[in-house]
This record gives sequence, structure tokens and C-alpha cells, in this order.
Amino acid sequence: MNFTPLFKPKTIAVAGVSLSNERHPANVIYNKTHLRYPVKVYPVNPKGGTFKRDRVYRSMDEISGPIDLAVIAVRADHVPEILAQCIRRNVGGAVIVSGGFAEIGRVDLQEQITAMAREANFPFIGPNCLGIYAPGHFDTFFLPGERLVRPTPGPVGFVSQSGGVLVDQMVKFTEQGLGLSLAVSIGNKALIREIDLLRHLASDPETRVIAFYVEGFGRNEGRAFVELAAGIPKPVVILKAGKTTEGSRAVSSHTASLAGDYRVFSDVLAQHGIVEARSEFELTCFCESLSHYPRGIDGNVGIITVSGGHGALASDVCAGLGLRVPRLSEAVQRELRAGLSDNIRDIASLGNPVDLTGSAVDEDFVAALSVLSQAREVDSVLLLLLPYSPGISSDLGARLSYVHQQNGKPLVAYVPHVEKYRILIEGFELNNVPVASSIDGAAFMMEAMRRCRPC
Amino acid sequence: MLSADGVGIMEAARPQGWVLEPEALRLLEMSGVPVPRFAWARSPAETVEAAAGIGYPVVAKVVSPQILHKSDVQGVQPGIADSGGLTDAYERFSRLPGFEGVIVAEMLSGRELIVGAKHDFQFGPVILLGIGGTAVEVYQDTATRMAPLKASDVQSMLGCLRGRRLLTGHRGAAAVNLSQLTETVLRFSDLVMALGDRIDSIDLNPVFCSSERCVVADARIMLAR
Repeated sequence: MNFTPLFKPKTIAVAGVSLSNERHPANVIYNKTHLRYPVKVYPVNPKGGTFKRDRVYRSMDEISGPIDLAVIAVRADHVPEILAQCIRRNVGGAVIVSGGFAEIGRVDLQEQITAMAREANFPFIGPNCLGIYAPGHFDTFFLPGERLVRPTPGPVGFVSQSGGVLVDQMVKFTEQGLGLSLAVSIGNKALIREIDLLRHLASDPETRVIAFYVEGFGRNEGRAFVELAAGIPKPVVILKAGKTTEGSRAVSSHTASLAGDYRVFSDVLAQHGIVEARSEFELTCFCESLSHYPRGIDGNVGIITVSGGHGALASDVCAGLGLRVPRLSEAVQRELRAGLSDNIRDIASLGNPVDLTGSAVDEDFVAALSVLSQAREVDSVLLLLLPYSPGISSDLGARLSYVHQQNGKPLVAYVPHVEKYRILIEGFELNNVPVASSIDGAAFMMEAMRRCRPC
Repeated sequence: MLSADGVGIMEAARPQGWVLEPEALRLLEMSGVPVPRFAWARSPAETVEAAAGIGYPVVAKVVSPQILHKSDVQGVQPGIADSGGLTDAYERFSRLPGFEGVIVAEMLSGRELIVGAKHDFQFGPVILLGIGGTAVEVYQDTATRMAPLKASDVQSMLGCLRGRRLLTGHRGAAAVNLSQLTETVLRFSDLVMALGDRIDSIDLNPVFCSSERCVVADARIMLAR
């Protein structure tokens, strides 16, 4: 199936636009696409007439010229008829927003539309979904634009079975400054399912990380999904719901009891190098990290800090996740010490965490990061940058990013996210170094890389 | 592909929904999964004859299509030292429901592991490996992988176990033979792939692993419902 008209439409027909109810989902979708997006949009309603000085078309057949995408927001019973029009009219694809299908027991109706589409090789998303959010291009969400937090174009392709989780995750991504290449709420996923979008996003040049919110796969569908994902060079991150429903059935063998549905899910993802996020916070951190560093690490972390307490807290979090904070060899410590300014040379603690103390100046950070970037004892560096320390200037983010760029060893920074430190944060982010807003978040960004290789 | 013999074993197990232990052991043996020296004896004389061939001490276990959990009905007698003990055990087991004879098998020793399989709805056949024995569900120290497995999968499963140090030589105990263990799990994985959706789940528990070998002491194969 060709997904281009679905995700990059130039013309959109919205079926179900009401002439009297401004708040009808189809009206919300029509309004936002009509007013704010670079697409041509046609309202469709069998009654015809005019709407906001625009002609209302009685059916898809009345519209002249090509239609890339139909957004269908009519009562479930009317969906087959609209779908038939789309197929007859050679529309490129559809988003079926309408509910009232398998989720309320109307499996028959869902099977009917799926069979029609399959026979015609006609792609549709849904039913019972929010549909597509393509930053800067268009969206099919029946939520008013002013209510949404709208991520900018960016590296993450996100597919969610739940529309609610998708919209909320857009808030989380935006807070992290992380953009989207495409977001799709697949609802009942009657025709287009996770695996189809995995295949699509794998070949989409704008997507660098592919993320999913999954409630469950169909019979043997998980197997096909992980086998495909394992062969894709881009990181794949999955947040799974329903971790705790296992064990409720009586089982007759130890294996069936021990290998509950979620245990199997989690272990099989790890086996295939698919990154499991266990919470929405992990999902956000993992996507941020992996959009910069798509390759896995063993997880030997070097920590640079100006505060012993922060270094200890970060070490604890890292160890709890399964990362290591190895003690640095005498040789590396000697090299570190040689590069430090006179002020701190004798008071800095260099075993790892490397504690430069509150007297450190920019040059000390640059020197320490240069050494750790070369040291083979660590495969990543976690930088705890507390801008209250008076020797730190606003240039430091950019300067350290340049050191990182010399050899590419993954670097993650923690900087408190308040407005007055913005210039420091942007110094990192605009130079391709991810910045976390908490120690936990920074450790999760490290952990993402460790989970990104087959276990 | 499952051999004709293997298909026969699975077909014969349909009435009770699981494979009788002597047949399960035979199926494993045919697949290259090590099992103890054992015999299925149908009379006291046959048990004594079997034990003479195996060598004392032996373990005796009841065979009955009505008894899935043998320990629950005192249907297992380990450490039998002579023919008197063996005929006593036979006599006792013969009063259990559905009695169809006795397994006489060599006594095994080593670390107790569990090797299992199940047909998962989302992922198809999966293999489980962990710390085994009767307390397996207390420790819950297991790792699961999608079958078929590679040798590296077995390595990583062992690495995931909290109790992995028990296997690599803890407090003076000899390390278990990891290459034998890996081989055993891989042969089992092949069998599981061949069985396909005929099975619901399989428990090999315990699998005794020593510094020399890994041998399946007990096998429970549940058919798909």
C-alpha cells in the first residue's frame, strides 16, 4: 500500500462536516486544516449547501480533481457508504475517526469496512482514532488547535494505540524540546497496524527514532513485529500497557505461570534490541537520547560533576538501572589531574564520579571531558552541570559540545531547566547533545543506549 | 519437523491432555536432550530387572494418566537402595488411581534448573530458563526468549539470572558445564519448534546440571487445548 497520500496529502476531504454544530469533530478538523495548514480542504455532507462561504459537497464524487486523503467523521453506520465513495473516486487513503466498531462489539461492521479496503488496496487508519499529526503539514485530531501542545518537526515517529496517550506524549516531548516526524493514533487498527507503520517509518528519512505505545499484539503478530524491528537500523522504543494483568488465569505449568504475557513481552523485546520504556518519562528520555545516539553501549559511564552529592546520587541511579560507573585507572586519573587548573588540582576527586568541586572553571570541564572522551574505560559521559557554580560561564554548553563532537562518545548533560539557564541548555541542544532536566532523566538517557542492543 | 514416532507420542497423549512421563522422556531423548537412564516397568519383577541394569540407588515414580502432579500424591520415591525398597514402592504406587506402572530411573545430582517452553499468543514458541526445583515459583528467577534460540541467547539468559553465580562455581562448588547446558537448551529449542502449536507449555524441572553434564530429571508436556 502507498502511504504517501495518507501522511503527505495536498488535498483533504472531510466527511461529516455539520452545517449547524460548530463543535462536531468533522468541523473542528475542517476548521484547523482549512485555516492553518498548507492543504486544500473540501467539506462533505450529503445535504450540500455552503459552510463558511465554502461549497459543501454532497459526496466525494462531486469534488473535481484529485483527493489525497479523506477524513471520515460520520456515524459508524454511514462509514461503509463513504468508504465506497472514496474507493470509487480513487481517493488516496482515509482516516476513519468514527467510533462504534469493534470497541463496542460491532465486529461485523469493522470487518465489512476492512474487507472493502483490503479488496481495493485502499489504506485507512482507524476506526475509532485521532488519526494523524504531521507537524507543520496537517493533523486530523478533532481537538481544537489551541488546546493541543504541538511538537515541532523533529526526529521521532510515534505510533499509539491510544489517542489520549498520544496527545499527552506530545506534551512530554515538547517539554523535552523533542520534535516529531509523524504521530499516528491507530485506534482499533483494523487495517493499518503497528507493523505496517514500523515498515513505513523505517524508510522515512525524517524519522530517526521509532516509538510505540502498545496495548497488545494479535496472534503471532508480536513475532513478526520483533523480527522486522530487529533488522531495522533505527532505534525502536516501546511503551507497553497492561503489565500487571498476568497471573490471573489458573495455569497448569510453572513455565506458563513464570512466563506470563508481560514477562515474555519484555524479555523478547530485549532479545531483539528493542528498547522497552517502562513509563512515559522513560519513553521521553529514551527517544531524546536515541535520536542523538542510535547505537548501543555497554554502559560504562563516566560522571563529571561539581557536587559530590550529585555525583553520588547519579551513581546510585545508574547502578540501579544496571549501568556501571567504573573506578578510573591511575593512568586516566593522572591525565585528568594534569589538565586541571591550579585552583582545583589538589582538591578534585577523580576516581569516578569525577568531582571538579565548586571552584572549577570552564577550562576544567573542557579538560576533564577531553580526557574521558578518549579514555577507553568509559563508553559514555554523564555531565552534571550546576550553573550556580560561579566558575561556569554561559558558553560552557557549546564548548563542551564541541569537545564531544571531536570523537562522538555519547555525552548527556543534566542542567536544571529554568529559563535563566536557557543559553547553557541551548548551547548543548543546538550542538546535538541531549540535556535532561533531572538526574534520573539523565541516567535514563544513558540507559536507553544500553537497552538499545540485543540482550 | 517432528518424527513419526514423535507425532505418535503426541497423538497418544490426547486423552489426558499431557504426555506421560516415560513418553515425554523418550521424546526428549529422540531429540538429543539428555535424559537419565530409565525404564517403564509394569510389574515388580520388571522394576527390579530395570534397576539392576541402571544400578542402585534409583528413583521410582508412578505413571498414571490421572496423576499430573506426582509429588502431591507421594508418587515419587527417591534414593531407593535395593530391590526390597523398589518392590515396596511399586506396591504402594499400584494403589494410586489410574496406575499404569512405574518409572525406574538413575538418581541425579547437581544444580537444579528449569527449562521450559510455552506457546505464547503474541510471539509463538518461547523458551524459559531459570533456577529450578520445587521452589521455582518462589524465586521466580527466570529469563525468556523467543524460539528458536541461538547459543548467544542462552548466554544472555544465564546473564539475566539473579542466581547466575550459583552456576559459575559459588563457594567452592564446581561450576556447571555451560557448554552442555547450552547444547541441551538448543536441542530443546529445536524440539519446541518442531512441536509448534501442538503444545501449550513444557516444564523440564528439575534439570540437574553438574560440572559434567545436564540431564532432565522430570518432564511435563502439556498439549494445546
